[in-house]
Amino acid sequence: MNIFTETVCWGVLISVGSYIICDNIQRKKHLVFLNPLLFSTIFTILFLTIFKIDYEDYYSKSDYLYYLLSPATVCLAIPLYEQINVLKKNMRAVFWGIMSGVLTSMGSILIFSIIFGYSHSMYVTLLPKSITAAIAMGVSQEMGGISSLTVPIVIMTGITGHIVSEKVCKIFKITEPIAKGIAIGSASHAMGTTKAIEMGEIEGAMSSLSIAVAGILTVICSFVFVQFY
Amino acid sequence: MKYVKQFLIILAVSFIGECLKFWLPFPISGSIYGMMLLFILLLSGCIKVGQIEDAAKFLLDIMPILFIPSAVGIITKWKELQEIWWQIIIITIVTTIIVMVVSGLVTQTIIRKSKK
Repeated sequence: MNIFTETVCWGVLISVGSYIICDNIQRKKHLVFLNPLLFSTIFTILFLTIFKIDYEDYYSKSDYLYYLLSPATVCLAIPLYEQINVLKKNMRAVFWGIMSGVLTSMGSILIFSIIFGYSHSMYVTLLPKSITAAIAMGVSQEMGGISSLTVPIVIMTGITGHIVSEKVCKIFKITEPIAKGIAIGSASHAMGTTKAIEMGEIEGAMSSLSIAVAGILTVICSFVFVQFY
Repeated sequence: MKYVKQFLIILAVSFIGECLKFWLPFPISGSIYGMMLLFILLLSGCIKVGQIEDAAKFLLDIMPILFIPSAVGIITKWKELQEIWWQIIIITIVTTIIVMVVSGLVTQTIIRKSKK
């Protein structure tokens, strides 16, 4: 028994506090590497390690943040609905954009698994890494992967997408708002999408759409890809 | 109470999504079913954007923060990742960038071609 098991509010205070501080600094100084999501995660991990607090103790105090995630994801339908005309006009580009993303993701995992000589189970664990965690877990489990290991990898992918998306779009001259949204959503699911929403309405809407479509396409395509290795 | 009412509607849709996840055999999450359902409800006019807008804006605004508790969970997988963590980091960064570039450029190329 110590102060951290007997009190409740510190969990959210540490995580959200470090997020807000970092967000403020980033807005003022425009430092890309000081990503609030990454920084607050690292800060919370350091805090838990330094004070020798179990993850379960922290999680039981901050899990209500997690409970809001499902309703928040449902709300992604709204930006999409508001951009329905953009979607209707660009249906073909949107579909093939997401499809190419899904195939590239699974293809590159196949290549990396061959390079590093992974087992079939590790290959399947990595296969759905670009899609939203809840679906990725299901795919991994269904195909014989280690689903509890899929989740941190999905999260790492999300954080990576969240950080690099602006730079990648700039370097590779992806300037169409629709293309930006599709790129971010297909590569880094809901965590990347939060960045796309900051970029603009169309980016946010297309990225939201990509989460759902890429998720479903990955479920379907994984039945084919699981045969390859 | 305005926010509570709006939140209640969103929660109801999320719950139906979770029920679908329970009933249907596909490995698709409840939140994705909920998202598709809300989209259909908005399209058909059963729910007006104004009925949920404020609460939804708030939820979308704080969404990055909602990922922190799960992201911190990486520390519980430390042991499994210890030996291959550098490979995982390389794979994660490289594939994320490749996927982003390919899907972005494919989308952009098709849009620009159809504009001509």
